[in-house]
Amino acid sequence: MSYYEEDDLSRFGEIGKHRPDLFAKFMDWYQACQEDGALSKREKALIGLAVAHALQCPYCIDAYSQSCLESGSNLDQMTEAIHMASAIRGGAALIHGLQAHNSVHKVSM
Amino acid sequence: MTFDFEQKLASHGLELRATSVATLQVNVGKLCNQACKHCHVDASPKRTEIMTRETAEQVLAALRRFRILTLDLTGGAPELNPSFRWLVTEARALGTHVMVRHNLTVMFEPGQEDLSEFFRAHQIEVISSLPYFQEQQTDAQRGNGVFTKSIEAIRRLNAVGYGVDGSGLHLNLVYNPVGAFLPPAQSAIEADFKRELQSRYGLTFNQLYTITNMPIKRFLEYLRRSGNEERYLRKLVEAFNPNAVAGVMCRRLVSVDWTGKLYDCDFNQMLELGVAENAPQTIAEFDPIKLAQRRIVTGVHCFGCTAGAGSSCGGAVA
Ligand code: SF4
Ligand code: SF4
Repeated sequence: MSYYEEDDLSRFGEIGKHRPDLFAKFMDWYQACQEDGALSKREKALIGLAVAHALQCPYCIDAYSQSCLESGSNLDQMTEAIHMASAIRGGAALIHGLQAHNSVHKVSM
Repeated sequence: MTFDFEQKLASHGLELRATSVATLQVNVGKLCNQACKHCHVDASPKRTEIMTRETAEQVLAALRRFRILTLDLTGGAPELNPSFRWLVTEARALGTHVMVRHNLTVMFEPGQEDLSEFFRAHQIEVISSLPYFQEQQTDAQRGNGVFTKSIEAIRRLNAVGYGVDGSGLHLNLVYNPVGAFLPPAQSAIEADFKRELQSRYGLTFNQLYTITNMPIKRFLEYLRRSGNEERYLRKLVEAFNPNAVAGVMCRRLVSVDWTGKLYDCDFNQMLELGVAENAPQTIAEFDPIKLAQRRIVTGVHCFGCTAGAGSSCGGAVA
């Protein structure tokens, strides 16, 4: 058995074999989030792609790459979204450097 | 999951029948100055199958006799057929609305330099493929240098009034996905095309039609080569939209091939699936009353017309 299988993406619904009530609630919420609203479907797909990269989930990366294409985005736009996610991850890691500095300063003369 | 289109229709209590023959879509031949990767016609500069004047005269006779509202000319590049300008001129003289599926780059072929003027003089509706507003995607699908030539061709069309507000001259563009995925919402991508073509090149057009790539001929070969066939077909079937069935183009048009044979659409034509046996089979026997109620001949490719918002020669349908 390998840990990630491409076909598992289309088997997502099988999670709902157990506690289908919870899965149905999740799906309703998930679907509702995708629809055009104050943000367009395309903007939402780009957010999804960025989050997928921040989480490094291969299923989500595959799914949201397709969603981005199917909502009209191109690779330049998708790559900018991925840079945003990466930059925020990088920045978030870096700003924690202050925690380290604080920790060091606290015990330093 | 069923890949059987008829079974899918039946499961929704639907069947596919024509309702009228508002449009005669005539494929005047497979000769084209391009050889695009997604072409469902397998058209190219090497193809020799083109409609003769005799068959074009039969098309005209049908238009005249039955007062068909619209003549939709396609190919290949229809302009390369020697009878093209004759057929357009005669059809317009009858008062028929004429649409031409114009690939833009044919305007730079020898003898075609005045094409935009010809279109304008005959008040032709022009429908042109531009898969994307960026060069890389467009050239990947349609060949190196196609994007630059297409932009220049749109400039020439704009210059004579096509796509310009208030001119009455319609230039509609066609978006195809550049790969094995479905098109975005028509209105959303139309806004992107309008903004980008205007800001980058100062170009205008009327409407953008999104068309789904059909899993037949050259695009099917691409799907097979790239290992995407099953995934793409599954995507089409999963996106089946019963509301798109009423709008599929075969319900209101009849397609004619370069030999004069009749089909339900240009895709069936390329698969050599003729119209139902009890309907007239050739343009010489053409009769819109007998063709109006015909049962449409379907196949797995029909899922391409009913996926998501649907797809037709006039873009999304649902
Ligand atoms: S898609 Fe159109 S322009 Fe391209 S090869 Fe086919 S007929 Fe020619
Ligand atoms: S492929 Fe042709 S026959 Fe099938 S639904 Fe589309 S237009 Fe109709």
